[in-house]
Amino acid sequence: MTDQPPVISCKNVWKLFGKNPEKYLENMPKDHSYDAISADGYIAGVKDVSIEVNRGEMLVIMGLSGSGKSTLVRCFSRLHDITGGSIAVEGQDIMALSEKELIELRRSKMGMVFQSFGLLPHRTILDNVAFPLEMRGQDRHTRRERALEVIKLVGLEGREDYFPRELSGGQQQRVGIARSLAIEPDIWFLDEPFSALDPLIRREMQDEFLRLQDLLGKTIAFITHDFDEALRLADRIAIMKDGSIEQCDTPDRIVLDPKTEYVAKFTREVEKSKVVKAKALAKHSQNIENSGPSVPANSTIKELARFLMSDSRDAIPVVQNDGEKEMLLGGMDRKEALDILFGSD
Amino acid sequence: MQSFETNKDDLIFGLSRSINVQILLAVAVILMATRPILPEAFIRLPDWAILSWDVWLSNFFNFVKDDLGLIYFTRTLTAGLENLLDVTGNLLFGKRRWPHLGPIPWTSIAAVAAVIGYWLGGWRMALLAGGTFVWTALIGQWKIAMQTMSVLAVAAPMAFFIGLFLGILAWKYDWFDKTIRPILSVLQTLPFFTYLLPAVIFFKVGPTAGAVATIVYAIPPMILMTTVGLKKVSPEIVEAGKMSGSSRWQMLRYVYIPAARTEILVGVNQVIMLCLAMVVLTAFIGMPGLGAKLLLMMNSFKLGRSFEIGITIVLLAIMLDRCTKVWVVKQPEHFEKETPWWKKNAFLLAGIGAFILFFLLAQFIQIADHITRKQDFSMGKEIDVLIKTFLDFDPIQATTTWLRWFLNVWVLIPFRNSLLWIPTPAFIILVTAFSLWLGGRRPAIYALIFFSIVALTGWWDRAVITLYTVLSAVILAMLIGIPMGISASRSEKWSNRILLVCDTAQTFPSFIYLIPAIMLFGVNDVAVVFSILIFSTVPLTRYTIEGLRTVPVEMTEAADMAGATRRQKLINVQLPLALPTMAVGFNQAIMFAFFMVIIAAFIGTQDLGQELQRTLAGTDLGKNFVLGICVSLMALTFDLAILKWAEDRKKALGL
Repeated sequence: MTDQPPVISCKNVWKLFGKNPEKYLENMPKDHSYDAISADGYIAGVKDVSIEVNRGEMLVIMGLSGSGKSTLVRCFSRLHDITGGSIAVEGQDIMALSEKELIELRRSKMGMVFQSFGLLPHRTILDNVAFPLEMRGQDRHTRRERALEVIKLVGLEGREDYFPRELSGGQQQRVGIARSLAIEPDIWFLDEPFSALDPLIRREMQDEFLRLQDLLGKTIAFITHDFDEALRLADRIAIMKDGSIEQCDTPDRIVLDPKTEYVAKFTREVEKSKVVKAKALAKHSQNIENSGPSVPANSTIKELARFLMSDSRDAIPVVQNDGEKEMLLGGMDRKEALDILFGSD
Repeated sequence: MQSFETNKDDLIFGLSRSINVQILLAVAVILMATRPILPEAFIRLPDWAILSWDVWLSNFFNFVKDDLGLIYFTRTLTAGLENLLDVTGNLLFGKRRWPHLGPIPWTSIAAVAAVIGYWLGGWRMALLAGGTFVWTALIGQWKIAMQTMSVLAVAAPMAFFIGLFLGILAWKYDWFDKTIRPILSVLQTLPFFTYLLPAVIFFKVGPTAGAVATIVYAIPPMILMTTVGLKKVSPEIVEAGKMSGSSRWQMLRYVYIPAARTEILVGVNQVIMLCLAMVVLTAFIGMPGLGAKLLLMMNSFKLGRSFEIGITIVLLAIMLDRCTKVWVVKQPEHFEKETPWWKKNAFLLAGIGAFILFFLLAQFIQIADHITRKQDFSMGKEIDVLIKTFLDFDPIQATTTWLRWFLNVWVLIPFRNSLLWIPTPAFIILVTAFSLWLGGRRPAIYALIFFSIVALTGWWDRAVITLYTVLSAVILAMLIGIPMGISASRSEKWSNRILLVCDTAQTFPSFIYLIPAIMLFGVNDVAVVFSILIFSTVPLTRYTIEGLRTVPVEMTEAADMAGATRRQKLINVQLPLALPTMAVGFNQAIMFAFFMVIIAAFIGTQDLGQELQRTLAGTDLGKNFVLGICVSLMALTFDLAILKWAEDRKKALGL
């Protein structure tokens, strides 16, 4: 998975808002803080961010409002032009693209879902979903066929002729998702897609989303301000504050080892045993007794609670199951796991 | 009014706003007190100081027209426009031009209008739309109404497309927006006579000039609404469009314009209403139609017929307004699956069907085709008699006579004479002080410049008379409109009723307001003031209600809980909070008054309007333009100061 080159690769990306940001950035002292920049009349939407999104990975960008998470994702798709640094998508510098090439890139490779759905109010569901196909000039018949396919995928068949305002929020977001998938994009941007929904619907949509991702295996940049949502969905989480990334790591690592005080504020209230998976605790160096039962790598400590209580070994083998063959990852320190379970740290 | 909050911008020569106002007032008072000993040049500008703008402008216009050859260009345009007008003219009232198909039977048009009405808003709209045309035909005004409509049918779409196009440009290019904005505000305050004469000179007398003047007149709001609408499109929809890989053209065509549908349709509504108002007024340059007929009837004091034509115009206005407004809020509905095609297009088919049915019917039955003079239900003479007996009825006559005497002797003439008595410099300083007090430095500077220009044109006395008419009418309108608004705002029911009346009254072409004024007071100054007064009471009442009704509930509740009586609540809570909105109404009243005072020239005035109307007979573009600009500059002075005040006040109140 990680041997391939990254799909999106950002190097020292800056996005400043203000009168003449390029010039300002050029002359700015290198370690200027967010507040110092604000004092000069500029807003640092994205501040010196370097990050990569790998193929098939779900990167969740987490931050409170104004932290720059939406801005960063909009830089990925060049909805915003960046002020400094470079962004490459599939190895191609997107700032070097002409308008035509950029449009072509969006038409063939990118899909995006928006917080308040961004549906066109005057078009039916079918026409909304078919919109990106229409833009790239596909004929009516194939457009319709493909649109119906994705509408079915998100579970809205029978509603094709409705108008957006006739649907509930959850349904409207399904339309938004269907539209973003219509062109079969490789890269999928989701900007707080579930934030505008009720908590119950949100949960349901998250499950639905995980199901779709299992099916499609896209490369995803997902924005949220909800830490629980981030933990639930992410392969990796990037936590942003004031335009910069505080920490970018797997959910387990973030929960077990928050790098900054700011990140720790989020993790403090989290029940770690529900997040940390067995594989995160597996260590090669452990002296593993290769006898007796093992635990699957993707189980959370919470799920293993009963097992941990009844087993008496110091190190428990953790096994990764790749469909056909099983692979021993290492041993999990039982005491460490129990500490996490009871939260004694 | 507390407009004395001092901030840095307000300091002039290091002094605060209130001190400056006081200084200006003192200077003005000194000038007035010493009037008897002032040299003549301080009372009125001496002749040598008056600049001959009109001659220069005339030369300039002639240069553009003849030497630069603009006239050949416009005459080419005329030919194209004329062709369009011939087509609508032929279809609607049987003008003998290509395509030689018309006139369409009135029953067909009425039936199609009813179907459209039903599609838009059910039975009530169907009744209104169909009924208007039935009335028009039965009262015997079909042909003149169709003459008016034939111009409207060409002018409105053209104004729409030009406005849309310019609006898109203004939205896309900032520099264009910045250039066009001041031009638009001048255009919106320019008296309509100033639209008419250039139209006549450049575009030939008759329907073409009428259509051109109408188009130019209706474009500004369309530009503004388009820009507003496009700016308001939600950023997520824009981003969704971009992420779908739309090119620039696709963004505009498939994302921006459809998403700005509401504002664009509001623009359509305004375009149609302004076109109607203007088409009626083009009677002054000999455009045949409802307006011309009304003018003729009023000239010969045939009140009954005037009244009937007035009703037709009002009905047309209400119908066009309601239909377009319903269209604005109409949302698309989906059809269930498997709906047969004829059901999906039921209204289209019904419309075509009704048209054909009545068209065929009209071939055999004359009355379905057109109504002859003998067949119409016009009761002009009877109404005439009725109105005249009513007016001759002693108490009524006594009232109107007394009112006329009282207003003339005790209010209007003294007011006018005192305004004329003020030396020109003192007058300008007073206006400047007023603008400074109300709006601050910038409006004051504009006031100074604008009124000085008016003085320099040499039309000072007429300008002052114009201003006097406007002010006296608006002040009287305030005495009526504001109490009416306050009392109506007390109950939801009455608020809605009065608002509906105001909304409806606002759609009437201004010309209509002359009818009751002439009926009641005959042809004199009081009638002029009265017609302006009714016209400008409407916005005053309307905005008073709106201002009072939109005071946040928690504030009135807080007043209630503090044990305020109704009166205390009104004076201490509601009125101060409603004042900025009411100021907007006041401003609109003044703008309406400036508009109306020019039309009232028809009754006979001694102001700029009268002079303007006279220019219509000639070709003196320079003079026409100078007079128009005078009116526009005076109106703009008030507009700038009052709106600035309302804006500042709103900010200060955190509304």
